[in-house]
Amino acid sequence: MAETMHQDFDPLATGGTRRRLTSKGIVYTLLAVFALVYTAPLVIILLNTVRPLDDIVRTGFIALPDAETMSLKYWAEAWGTFCIGGTCEGVSRFYKNSLMMTIPATILSTVFGLLNGYILSKWRFRYDGWVFGVITLGVFLPQQMTLLPWAFVLGKLGLSNTIAGLVFVHTVQGISFTTLFCRNYFVSIPDDLIKAARIDGAGFWRIFYKIILPLSPPILIVTVIWQFTGIWNEFLFGTIFTSGANQPITSAIVAFSGSGTGERHYNVEAAAVIMAALPPLFIYVAGGKYFVRGLTQGAVK
Amino acid sequence: MPSLQTSRQTTRWQRRLADLTPQLVLIPTLVVAIGYVVGFSLWTFWLSLSTSTLLPDATFSGFDQYARLWGSKRWTVAYQNLFVFGTLYVLGTLFIGTLLAVLIDQRVKFEALWRTIYLYPLAISFIVTGTVWRWIFHPNTGVELALHDMGWLSAQFDWITDRDLALYVVVITGIWHASGFAMALILAGLRSVDGDLVKAAQIDGASMPRIYRKVVLPTIWPIFIAVAVVLLQFAIKTYDLVVALTQGGPGVSTTVPAIVVYDLMFQRGQIAQGAAAAVMILVALAIVLVPYALWTGWKSRKEAAHHG
Repeated sequence: MAETMHQDFDPLATGGTRRRLTSKGIVYTLLAVFALVYTAPLVIILLNTVRPLDDIVRTGFIALPDAETMSLKYWAEAWGTFCIGGTCEGVSRFYKNSLMMTIPATILSTVFGLLNGYILSKWRFRYDGWVFGVITLGVFLPQQMTLLPWAFVLGKLGLSNTIAGLVFVHTVQGISFTTLFCRNYFVSIPDDLIKAARIDGAGFWRIFYKIILPLSPPILIVTVIWQFTGIWNEFLFGTIFTSGANQPITSAIVAFSGSGTGERHYNVEAAAVIMAALPPLFIYVAGGKYFVRGLTQGAVK
Repeated sequence: MPSLQTSRQTTRWQRRLADLTPQLVLIPTLVVAIGYVVGFSLWTFWLSLSTSTLLPDATFSGFDQYARLWGSKRWTVAYQNLFVFGTLYVLGTLFIGTLLAVLIDQRVKFEALWRTIYLYPLAISFIVTGTVWRWIFHPNTGVELALHDMGWLSAQFDWITDRDLALYVVVITGIWHASGFAMALILAGLRSVDGDLVKAAQIDGASMPRIYRKVVLPTIWPIFIAVAVVLLQFAIKTYDLVVALTQGGPGVSTTVPAIVVYDLMFQRGQIAQGAAAAVMILVALAIVLVPYALWTGWKSRKEAAHHG
């Protein structure tokens, strides 16, 4: 109701025509200036992926590519043959690592989140509030508090320097978020629905498959987007628990661009950086409102 | 007769099992959550009280490591940096976020497009953000070189290599990354403000900027608190952004607590002191989050009492 009232009201349609036009002009100018500031960095880096190296070294990143020297070969080099941390297989290897880490960890943490959220919202038991509290405290726990224990646990399990180890770490860390998301969503499903199903003789799993899952897609999308982008973009765990050829893409980028020594390959590095940004960007554009919803729920609750 | 007895017994067992299913399914999570949240925290805290260096060592040393940590210049610089960075980052992000939200709230065309543009940095990792901005800020590759190339040979823009100014580069990049997030939450708040309130103010003859300043923004102040708390959390945990942007340098001028933790634990073989630094990060988070949690709890109880 409040929203429709607000929509009826046009703040800028007040005052005389001239005042209305100038204020519209100011608003759109500011919006455009900010849009430029936000898009410029990505556009600049994108343009440098096709410029020859001597050109970049001479004039820096902030320059337009020359049509005669433009080339897409730096993309191929970044993907396939660029040397990072001793291995010359380009970004593709680390891309594969990141996918092998992100996809299983996203699926596992989401499945656990769905089940936990279902139990904690629909199968009340004694101290369930405490259980929920402890699980969600994990959302706030800084990674630094878990580094040494994880290093020890991964070592004991023989998962040091493996992608499987990272999947494990991210699944455990992710359960806090997914449980929080799903529990808060399932709370709004009427309890009468569950009661009626139980009277009809449906058990725990049957209610989950027949009632909860069909109602889950909105929160499922939010959770998957949140987990995928979060794990893909994560850096600290990847750097500490893996090394060399087993590292995810974020660590690989720091490995080649952070080291001050050696010859720079700005164009190839720019292409690699764009590649690292693409999966989450794609999900962001495709996921749209679900991305924003996850953001607001994950942040404020 | 005996067969009936057993079948009755199995159904009873089945029923009991069915009753316990939710708790059984929850067990793995419970074990992990308690082990991870409680166990790992206590473990790290215990390490911080020991004399561990390269390897864990159970010798109890009380709060020695904390004293040593606060005695080291690197850590005090890191904490000061966190204060400066956190303050400017939160205020700057709130300011830009509010400005963007108010602009979009003016019934502009292509609203979805503007929102998508302002929010996209949040989808990109801190590593990508930091790397890209380092290239732009660095005098050898970025703005300064471009200005020289355009003929302005005396132009100077080397904040990122300047000890006194490098921290502001981190602040600017941080604001660029997070202001879309503040915009999204504040815009949602603006949309929930009652239009009649604005109309009434307008009939009184107030101008638009004034209405926002005096009427609209003050009514959504709880949203500003919520956004500030989330941003403070980001600031306290900041690590990747600084690593990609400045690696804590030049010198220690942009070092933050999370970088000190990493160095102590994995570069210098000072496990106990690193654990103490990690506990200090947890303390900083608690200082921000506990009062906020208490306040929101108190508020919702008050509202419940009011309605009941």
